This record gives sequence, structure tokens and C-alpha cells, in this order.
Amino acid sequence: MTNAELLQVRSLRLAFGGVTAVDGLSFSVSEGSIFSMIGPNGAGKTSAFNCITGFYRPSAGTVVLDGEDITRLRPSAVAARGVSRTFQNLRLFGEMTVLDNVRAGTHLTIRQNPLDALLHTPRFRRSEAEATAHAHQWLDFVNLRGDRAAEARHLPYGEQRRVEIARALARGPKLLLLDEPAAGLNHSEKRELLELLRRIGELGVALVLIEHDMGLVMQVSDRIVVLNFGKEIAEGTPDEIRKDPAVVEAYLGKDEEGDRAPRPRPKPLERTQENTP
Amino acid sequence: MGWVRSLFDSRYVGVVGLLVAVLAPFVTATTYSLSVMTSALLFAMLAIGLNIVVGYCGLLDLGYAAFFAIGAYTSGVLATRYGWPLLTTVPVVIVAAVLAGVVIGGPTLRLRSDYLAIVTLGFGEIIRITANNLAITGGPSGIYGIPGIDLFGLDLSGPVGFYYFCVVVVALAAIGAARLGRSRIGRAWRFIREDEDAAEAMGINTYRIKLAAYICGAIWGGIAGVLFGAQLSAISPPSFTFLWSALILMAVVLGGMGSTPGVVVGAVIISVLPEILRGVADYRYFVFGIMLIVLMVFRPEGLWPHRAVERPLRRSRRRQPVEEPPVESGSGGRLP
Amino acid sequence: MQLIWNGIFVGSFYALVALGYSMVYGIIKLLNFAHGDIYMVGAFVGFAVLTGMGGLATSLGFVALLIVLVIAMLVTGAAGLIIERVAYRPLRNSPRLAALITAVGASFALEYGMRLIAGPNPQVYPLRLSGQSVHVLGASVSLDQVALVAIAFALLGGLDTLVMRTSTGRAMRAIALDPKASLLMGINVDRVISRVFFLGSALAGAAGVMAGAYYGKIDFLMGFLIGLKAFTAAVIGGIGNLRGAVLGGLVLGLLESFGTNYLGGQWRDVFAFGFLIAFLVVRPTGILGERVTERV
Repeated sequence: MTNAELLQVRSLRLAFGGVTAVDGLSFSVSEGSIFSMIGPNGAGKTSAFNCITGFYRPSAGTVVLDGEDITRLRPSAVAARGVSRTFQNLRLFGEMTVLDNVRAGTHLTIRQNPLDALLHTPRFRRSEAEATAHAHQWLDFVNLRGDRAAEARHLPYGEQRRVEIARALARGPKLLLLDEPAAGLNHSEKRELLELLRRIGELGVALVLIEHDMGLVMQVSDRIVVLNFGKEIAEGTPDEIRKDPAVVEAYLGKDEEGDRAPRPRPKPLERTQENTP
Repeated sequence: MGWVRSLFDSRYVGVVGLLVAVLAPFVTATTYSLSVMTSALLFAMLAIGLNIVVGYCGLLDLGYAAFFAIGAYTSGVLATRYGWPLLTTVPVVIVAAVLAGVVIGGPTLRLRSDYLAIVTLGFGEIIRITANNLAITGGPSGIYGIPGIDLFGLDLSGPVGFYYFCVVVVALAAIGAARLGRSRIGRAWRFIREDEDAAEAMGINTYRIKLAAYICGAIWGGIAGVLFGAQLSAISPPSFTFLWSALILMAVVLGGMGSTPGVVVGAVIISVLPEILRGVADYRYFVFGIMLIVLMVFRPEGLWPHRAVERPLRRSRRRQPVEEPPVESGSGGRLP
Repeated sequence: MQLIWNGIFVGSFYALVALGYSMVYGIIKLLNFAHGDIYMVGAFVGFAVLTGMGGLATSLGFVALLIVLVIAMLVTGAAGLIIERVAYRPLRNSPRLAALITAVGASFALEYGMRLIAGPNPQVYPLRLSGQSVHVLGASVSLDQVALVAIAFALLGGLDTLVMRTSTGRAMRAIALDPKASLLMGINVDRVISRVFFLGSALAGAAGVMAGAYYGKIDFLMGFLIGLKAFTAAVIGGIGNLRGAVLGGLVLGLLESFGTNYLGGQWRDVFAFGFLIAFLVVRPTGILGERVTERV
């Protein structure tokens, strides 16, 4: 079993406008493992994601992927190196078809330039076929049952979430970052998600999750890090976290398994803190 | 308007359009009407080019006339001062357009959309004022005496010949733009338009892809400029004002952003309607302004917008064990 | 020195118009394309009133100008209100592209609407200010120029007081920082936005009247160029920052003054736009703008 550290986050710090969103965060993720980030809202989890994927430039600290420093790379360059992500508030290309959405993941893998497109060369046909087949393959993997030729925004919410995951997987990543994949899902959908996460793990893709559903997190994770106010307050296996007094005090209640009382939804302000388009 | 919608979504809209264009001179072939129809064709070509920038990629370019001007002046100068046959100027025009796209788009495509709009407008003005001030471009009086098209000895400078030449060029331009829209880069453009961050997260270098859209738009505009010079045999700065950029934008917005057949129709409407409604010519720009507002409030996607459709490639290779034939993503639109 | 004074003079016009741009952008994050045309409307309203006043205008002289100024400001303020209500408010939650296109439409409608009313030819302002000059520090400074600059700064000072001291001003700044929180705090966002449009448009209208009185000629496209210049000024100073807009206006005026001295008058606009682009590329937040988190 390789224990190569795929992702290493060291002393990550993100401060802007008087707010320190992330303060000295450090953790490592091994190849093929499932790692979860938990913590109250505003604890800095999505900000950390944004730093890792290149959407934010951290004030200090480094992000190292497979031995390479990716801290200052733009998001597309990070993605090109095998990192894929989903978004907290589900960002699909709504007015495009489901298949097109997943084809987005194939952008870097198929070879086709504009000249091919203009002339409909054999390479064009081959790459288009490849993209389509690839898209179907991943939609099958996530068990998408809806109409794949429909506009993505017409699908039910749970299906849209799965399309987003399929899209991220189509990128062929070594590391997949999922931001609250269980948000808004009902009980049976969550069970399907759990099963999907395990299957992704079996592919050898390393997973980093942000999640609020404690039951899910405890069942699926290899390691967990707990954040509060941008700082890490604990890290370890699910068992260790369960028993850690600091965590119990700050965050976990007595109910360890299953669905908890509804957590507050992410603040709208958390959105505006991110890049304004 | 259901049948109109299904016509636009089908692959045959291109055939219908081509037929209309080919048969139009048989309905009326006076010099005046041919001139109007040729202008409509050129306008359509400009709309198709701007559609790549605004419609596919969502970049609001308010200075599109700059590329039009660059094309017209480059070929005009080469043809009149250096005696180049007009068709041989095309490769140079393309190079000039690409350079312009890089110079204008390079620094500005990193900016947010509202800034981009004003900056492109500024560039449009810079190009026009520069053309107005330099001696080589003929200053305020411009360039005259631009020759017509000579295609391997076939003289196409007469109104009918030139019209059909333009039909061929614009048809190719439309097919090209439609094919680009349904390809890998076309998808990338639309992803950027829908959600730039998500596109970036999928590995799409949004800056480079936006620049590509800009350059493609520049090329289409530049070629339209060559035709414009050939049609009028004289060009001058007042032909390339913001008013033009705005009118082309209106054609795109009216016809349906992101849809090549839609913007062609929009362009034809905008260029032909004032001719038909000669009596109310004074009102036309005012009406256009109001129309933009009304359109954006009530139907921002335009009259015949692009619809997301999965269309199987023709002559598909049914080699896969999977049921689906290879499908072509993107719009229902013109012939592939 | 003459260059400096010329720069300040032109710059104060830019500052007045740039303020409106900056205010609106600060509060609803929209570049009001039609803003330059409001300036033009102000000039024409002034023209209409002065022509209406006829002989009374010449006998009252400068006082007439002040009266006209107030009237024009009210009318343009109202125009701004109408445009906001009709064209921008319905699109407040639409994608940015749609709002920008609407703004272009509004600009067009104003320009060509005015053309319908007043005709395509430039009109001559019935009231020209007499050109009495004084020599100050080697520069030729006319009294009218001084008067106009004084009016401009009076208006700017008035606005500054309003923004910094009154509740409306506070509300404006609050909405600029966080619209949703402002709504939750009970601020009537719609009403404040309307007021912002009124104020910005009134200032632009004032600049329009003064320009008409000083330069003597007005035409329906005069707003177009001013709009671009004002945007440039707002960007230089830091868009959304009101004092920055004033600073930017003056800076732009000075830049143009010196630039045309060395390059020649026909390149003035190219020079101004070149500066705009350079600024946006190098320092998009402007001179006084805040440093926003760097997004890679």
C-alpha cells in the first residue's frame, strides 16, 4: 500500500480585508485515501479549497501536489495537474446539455484544434466520439438516470449534483475535492452518495470532502481534520476525532451517527467573500 | 412561431437561407436592391463574427468596428498604394486581424466584463481616430479607388457578380462559425460564458480561450472589411464609428445570441428594415435604442436564440458496442 | 502653468461627470453607459431654457446661468431616475451582460431621441460668457473659467458633505459595501439607489450646462466622448471611490493638457484612452481604490 503523500498543505494562511479566513492550516492526503474537512460554517473550509485549487492566492503557506508546488498556479493549471472539484452551491453549466457538462471534463484529454473543427477532419470526428463516449461512461458511473440530452438545469437537484461529480471525474483527476456533496440530499440519496464515494475511492482517486453530515463523514473517511475560525483544532482518524475533547466541545454534539438536527445553511456572505465575477 | 423554431433547430436552416440568398436577385436586380442585399450580406458576416465573441463566449465587445476598419484599410492601402490584387491582400488582412486581436484583447481580456466593454469601445475609437489622422490611411477623406474582385481572371466587380461572390464567402463564414460553435473550443467558449470559474476548474485556461474567441471575431470582421472596400471602392473613417459597432451588436442581440442563423436574420432585419421604412429613417436609431432596452427586459436571449441540442454527426461510424452513435454537441444550427 | 490651469479647468468637468459614474457603479456595480448622454441632455435643457428666456438671459448674464443650472439639474436628475426605473431596475438580478446592453440601448435612445427633438446640427448657446482674462502666475485665466471651476467645486463639496454626513450618504456607503446586509438592516435600497441616480445625473447635467455656456456649441453626440472620458477618470481615481473620481477627473484633465501639448490636438482622445487601458492593466483599482484580494 503506497503511502505517498499526494497532497501536502503546509501552514496555509489566507487573510483579506481584516478577516483571516484560514490560519496556519496543515495537512496531508495520501494517494487513494478519503480525507474530510469538517467544522462550523465560516471555519474556512471552502476558502482552503479555493486556495488549493488556485482560486485564491494564499497570504502564506504552500500547497504541494505530487512533489510539485502548485500554490501560485491558476485554477486551470491546477486542474491540468490532476485536481478536480465541485462547488458548494452547485455550479453546472445550466443552459447546456448534461452531456456537454460532462464533456467539459474531457477538454484537456481530447486532441482537437479549431482547424479540425472547421474542416471536420477525421481527428475531429474521433475526438468528438471520444468525448461523448467518455461522458456517457462517467454518467453511467454515477448512475445518472435522467435525460442526458436535456439542459442540465432541468434535472432534479440530486441528479444535478451527480452530473457535477461526473464532470469532475471526467477530468481524470488524481485528487477530487468535493464541497458539501451531501447538501440538500435526502436520506436515500445520501446512501447512494456514500456508495458512490466508496466506488470513487476504489478507482484510486484521492478524495477530500467538505461535509456537515457527521454520519457520512464518519463512515467514509480515512482521516479527518476539524477546523474552527480558520485554525485546525484536531486531525486524525474518525475514532480519534470522535473522542477528542476539543472537537466534542467545539463542534460535535452527543449524537455521533446518522442525521443530525439541520445545520444552518452556509451564509450568503460566504459567497460574496469569494471572487466577485 | 413553432415551425420557425423547428426550422432553426434543424440542419436545413442553412439550405433555406442559402436558397433565399441565391434566389433574391431573381426577385429584384436593380443596382439599388443589389447594393442593399450586398450590404445585408456584409452586415450578416459582421454579425456572425461578433456572435463568436459576444454570443458564444459572452464577451461584450463594443468596438467591433475596429476589426472591420483594420481589414478594410489594410486591404485598401495594399490595393491602392501597392497595386496588390484584392484577393491577395486577404492573408495579410488575416495576419493584421490576428495581431489586432492579440494587441487589443491581450491586456483587456483579463478585465471584468463591464470594463471590457468600455475598453473595447475605446479601442474602436482609437482605431478610427488613428485612421483619421494618419496620411497613409488617407486622413479624413480615406482611401478611394479600391478595385473590385478579380478571381483568376473572372471579373466580379459588377454588382451581380460581386453579390454572388459575397454569398459564397458569407455562406462559408457562417458554416465555419457554426462548426466552431459545435466543437471543443466552441464548448469551451460556452462554458466560459455560462460560468467562468467552473470552466477554469475544469482545466480551461479562460484567458487563452477568450483570446481565441476575440481573434476569431477579428478575422471574420477583417474579411468583411475587405469585401466592404471592394463593394464601395472607397472607405473613410465615418464608416467605422461606434454607431456601427452598436448596430452590429443590435443585430446579434436581436437575432439571438449564440445562434449563427439567428444573428444572420437579425443582421438582415437591421440592415434592410431602414431601407424599407425609408419614410421614418430619422426615427430608426432612436427605435433601435428603445428596442434594445425592451429586448433585454422582456426577451434577453433574442428572437431565435441558440438552443442546447444533441445532434448526431452525419455519416457516423457505428463501430462502438454502445447504442449511441457519435454525437455532436452544441447548437441546432446550420449545415455542419 | 497655463497647461496646469487648462488641465484643472477641463478636469473639473470630467470630475463632475465621473462622480455620477462612480456613484452608480459603487452602489449597483453597473457602468451606466447612458451617463454621458445625461450630460448632453443637461446642455440641451439649458439651451432650451435660455432660448426661452430670450432677452432676459442676456440682461441677467451670469445669474441667468445659475437659474438655468438649477433647472437643468432638476430635469437631468429626473431623467436619471426614469432611466433607472425603466431600464435598470428590472434587470437588477439579470446577468451582467444584459444590464450592459440595456445601458447601451438607453444611451442610444437618449442620443437619437435628442436628435429627433433638436435636429442633427450643432446648436449655438445663446449665452456666451464674456472672456475677461486675468494673468495669474504666468497663465491666462479667464474669469468665466474661475467661476465655472468654483461652481464645480461647490457642487462637489456639497456632494461630499452629503455622502459623509447625512443618513442618505451613509445608506449609500452601506449598500456599496453589502447590499444584502443593508436590506436586512432596514435600508430602503430602492429609494437610495434612485437618489444616487438623481444626484449623479444632476451633477452631470450641471457640467453639461457649463460646457454649453463655455464652449458655445452643443450637439446630440457630445455626451458620447465625455462619457468615455468620465469613465477613464473614474477608473484612474478608483472606481466606486467618490473622492477618487474627483481626483481622477483632475488628473485626466492635466494629463490631456500636457499630452496634447507634446503630441498635438488630434491625438488627445487617443492619448486619454491609451491612459485608460494602461491604468486598467497596471493598476485596475485606481489611485485611491482599495486593494481587493488577488484572484489568481
